[in-house]
Amino acid sequence: MKPLLITVSLLSLMTAASFAQSDPPVEQPMATDSTMVASTPSITPPAPVSSLEAKDSPDDHGHSITLSWEPSADDGAGAATVTSYVIYHSTSPEGPFDSVGSAISGATTFTHSSAKESDAAGFLADYVDRYYRIDAVTADQTIRTPSSVVGPVQSSGQWYNDGRTPVAVAVAFFGLLSLFFLKRAKAGADLYVRPLGGIEAVDEAIGRATEMGKPILYVLGLGTASDISTIASFTILGRVAKRVAEYQTHLIVPCYDPIVMAVAQETVKAAYMDAGRPDDYKEDMVYFLTNSQFGYVGAVNGIMLRQLPATNVYMGKFYAESLLLAETGALAGSIQISGTDEVAQIPFFVVACDYTLIGEELYAASAYLGREPLLLGSLKAQDYAKAAVIICALLGALALNIAAASNATWGLTFKEFFKVTN
Amino acid sequence: MKRQVPLLITLFVGTLLIVSVFVPPLEGMQENSTLFFDIIAVFAFFLGGGNLIRIHLTKVARKKGDWEYSLVTLFGFLLMLSSGLFKIGNPGDIAAAVDTPGSWFQTIFFYMMSPLNSTMYALLAFFVASASYRAFRAKNREATILLVSAFIILLGQTPFGTMLTSWMPDKFSVLEIPNMAVWVMSSPNLAGQRAILIGIGLGVVGMSLRIILGIERTYLGEDKG
Repeated sequence: MKPLLITVSLLSLMTAASFAQSDPPVEQPMATDSTMVASTPSITPPAPVSSLEAKDSPDDHGHSITLSWEPSADDGAGAATVTSYVIYHSTSPEGPFDSVGSAISGATTFTHSSAKESDAAGFLADYVDRYYRIDAVTADQTIRTPSSVVGPVQSSGQWYNDGRTPVAVAVAFFGLLSLFFLKRAKAGADLYVRPLGGIEAVDEAIGRATEMGKPILYVLGLGTASDISTIASFTILGRVAKRVAEYQTHLIVPCYDPIVMAVAQETVKAAYMDAGRPDDYKEDMVYFLTNSQFGYVGAVNGIMLRQLPATNVYMGKFYAESLLLAETGALAGSIQISGTDEVAQIPFFVVACDYTLIGEELYAASAYLGREPLLLGSLKAQDYAKAAVIICALLGALALNIAAASNATWGLTFKEFFKVTN
Repeated sequence: MKRQVPLLITLFVGTLLIVSVFVPPLEGMQENSTLFFDIIAVFAFFLGGGNLIRIHLTKVARKKGDWEYSLVTLFGFLLMLSSGLFKIGNPGDIAAAVDTPGSWFQTIFFYMMSPLNSTMYALLAFFVASASYRAFRAKNREATILLVSAFIILLGQTPFGTMLTSWMPDKFSVLEIPNMAVWVMSSPNLAGQRAILIGIGLGVVGMSLRIILGIERTYLGEDKG
């Protein structure tokens, strides 16, 4: 009987042990994100953020609230270092609060917008009362201290972007200046515009090509048809193609972008028609090469070295290929005229080409080539606008220095007037 | 009429986009308008590919000068197109990813396209050297200033440049080569770049106004202001 009792007792113990193993561990009740607060007694919770403010984001189309705060005193320092801030949002001051994003330590602003968190409507609805709270969180994510709740705040759209007033003033000033000079040009006023070496060389270069019986290579760059520098290049191509048609020289326009190719074909065709030589236009003058940057360079360099054009014209948007093209052209002995608005590429063109249109001269080139009064009028406006910019820059530097020397604040007011905030 | 319609479209769209910069509810128009461009760009493939085939086929058929290169171009284009579009040489079926490991497309891309691109890019180093040689010859005053500036900047980037002037007392630290290099880059160089950028900004506005107002029409193929 005794062995049986021992066996039963052992079996009971084993069964009890197995039940004990299969039982899930007893979990501490997990606080939800919106209610979690510092609870570990051994670690001091971090200080909360202070001066929390929630405002409708200014100068936008609505659907956005901007929060700003002073960082926690334990941000990057203290017993419990704050590593991030978690932003909570609710439409009621009592909650429940949902996390709508986070910000790294040191951050003092956060924008709650439709792009980050959507309401049921699919975007952050305007004119709804909203409440916010920010938790200062430590590295292990369990120790966090909530701020006080701020609100209500509503988002709403504005009809005018106040932060861009300086831009609006500048555009209006430039527009009026342009209209004034256009009117003067229409009235027949003699408008002097400073000559540009690069532009004056175009005729000479076309003449040289004609005398040598060699083609002219026109490269539109790597820009797309929507780039303003490519559009400027089209206008120059039109002028160049017309002269080429008049001189009966051959023109080669290899293209990087198919849409650019289509526009260039039309531009050249129309130029030949304007010159009265539509029969001289050939379909293979303007053609597509490749969409690969260095593949394009290889192909154009091949054209330069095989066909030895008398003149190479590079106008438009260029990147790393600028020097590869211009140096090959220089080695081939061609006259080279270039123009780009890519500041980083201008030095390469200056070094390797005979003439370079720097920045804005690219946009002015078409007007110079055309010499039409209306176009020259807009160039004159550009020159006056530049003078205005120089005067403003000098006045600004003077004002800030005088104000700093005399501890006055009006210098900053002057600076703020020109500041574009959004 | 053929000219008036595009000019009216340009005027309307251009004005609307300028206004949209200052009116927040219209801001989305800028993104929407680029969508139109993207849609057109999809068809550009046919435009570009078609033109490439036509030009080079004509060249080969008529045995024009350097027609052999055209043959290579056509072969490369059709090979890449067929291996990508019809999955020729792809171990998977037609539904397999175009860059399936071992496929012709992937092999050509990694073992031909990439090395060729890298080779062209690497040539830049030699061209920079030859261009620098031409630019830095002290032919006149400007070229001499350029040469001296380049020398300071290049030397300022090296430990040797630091070593050369590190003995200078603190009150003359501005004359240390690395500090002079920083000054050249942050003062005269930056000032020049900003001047060019301001000019570009005004040029862009001026050009845009000329196009929007229909004064500049050469891009439409009309040589009249």
